Amino acid sequence: MVNMMSEMKFTKDHEWLLINGSQATVGITEFAQEQLGDVVFVELPEVGSEYDQGDEVAVIESVKAAGEIVAPLAGTVVDVNEELADNPELVNESPLQDGWFVKIQLKDGADLSELMTEEQYKEFTAD
Amino acid sequence: MTEELKTPLYDLHVELGAKMVPFAGYSMPVQYPLGIKGEHLHCRDQVGLFDVSHMGQLIIRGANVASALEKLIPVDLEALKPNQQTYAVLTSESGGILDDLIICKWDEETFFLVVNAACKEQDIAHLQSHLKGFEFEILEDQALLAVQGLKAAALMQELAPQACELTFMNGCHSEIDGMPIYITRSGYTGEDGFEISVANGQAEKLARLLLSYQQVEAIGLGARDSLRLEAGLCLYGHDMNTETSPIEASLIWSISKNRRSGGDKEAGFLGSARILNDIAEGVSRKRVGFLVEGRVPVREGAGIFDAEGNQVGEVTSGGFGPSINAPLAMGYVPASLAKTDTKLIARVRNKDIPITVAKTPFVPQRYFRG
Repeated sequence: MVNMMSEMKFTKDHEWLLINGSQATVGITEFAQEQLGDVVFVELPEVGSEYDQGDEVAVIESVKAAGEIVAPLAGTVVDVNEELADNPELVNESPLQDGWFVKIQLKDGADLSELMTEEQYKEFTAD
Repeated sequence: MTEELKTPLYDLHVELGAKMVPFAGYSMPVQYPLGIKGEHLHCRDQVGLFDVSHMGQLIIRGANVASALEKLIPVDLEALKPNQQTYAVLTSESGGILDDLIICKWDEETFFLVVNAACKEQDIAHLQSHLKGFEFEILEDQALLAVQGLKAAALMQELAPQACELTFMNGCHSEIDGMPIYITRSGYTGEDGFEISVANGQAEKLARLLLSYQQVEAIGLGARDSLRLEAGLCLYGHDMNTETSPIEASLIWSISKNRRSGGDKEAGFLGSARILNDIAEGVSRKRVGFLVEGRVPVREGAGIFDAEGNQVGEVTSGGFGPSINAPLAMGYVPASLAKTDTKLIARVRNKDIPITVAKTPFVPQRYFRG
């Protein structure tokens, strides 16, 4: 898990991205799933939908409240984690792996400079 | 902003790893590391310990106090036996609900009340303004712990066996490990269980003793809400308020039969004109429970629509029920749409979610009635 986090980038919205070439897998962090509590429903986008940075891509409902996944970068959804429909608790059990939400084909020239490294994110959540 | 109040169990909550949130002026645990769902299921299956010390506890004393209280509460209080209590609403002049409460008759001249934390100051002011000449004792030095769940009675058998002889909505003075308590067989989860009033100074010792049993887990406000929702119980300020009559709120059962029209003690309480009229003429809207199709929780504030797309009501409480493993809700709809199995629509994020008027409670009540 530690190794995996070292390859990930993080956002201020407590999402992670695992960037592979021009594609990014997106999920929420351990910190975010803890804050949300038990996830009972996830609403995923259609494959092929396009999003600008900051657009709402998916909705997460926990026993406590509704939360959203926003597009960390602009792009087109190329895959969604269908497993979450039947097993939304994967978001709690394995937020960094099996609980991923979407894969996004990033727009050319995506600006990665705002994304945090693992170390920067740890500092961010320590506040 | 004024600083939040703390119950005597505040330090224990923090030590147990609770997430503390502001609630009715207090800093209260919304959940512990087990999480809302785990806490909810644990309470149904084992024993849950709730800190409800933020609620108001008070004693009202005086000759003929029952008949004086009956002017404010539509219940036959004189008919209660010593140490018997009942759920009741405090009605307003206009027939709305000022609060819901538990009122226990200790003896002919003494009543013990437990009221909602958010309402306690207004409630006390209201009671005092109408009950001049009676003695009020506000029990600020008493904490209140609820012990709820399938195995609550088995646990209490070890700690205060006398309490296990009580049936639902009865109480007694007793002690646990030398600590004097007033214990009632009651609660707000739909489960069998007890509420224990204990001195502030002994509350932590009692809580630690209860938690020392492996079947007991501390339960936060989050699970308290989902438990009461599954039990079909109202939350004041959400499912009813000063505008709602008890008849609209489907709380007619809380009004003693002889306080209704034709009874030997009919009317004579604040708002009785509207409330008895609501019973006689029927109401235009009613609180009902809803089962929700699919997995999307339908929460407070969601609009309710008929098949033609007209808004007909609103959800007042809703969420996910861990025991029924499905979303559930309650809210108000026109009386014509309040029949069980009526199909309606709730709108969540501009999507139409099919909902069905359902019988409540959503889970069987397991009160011990002897």
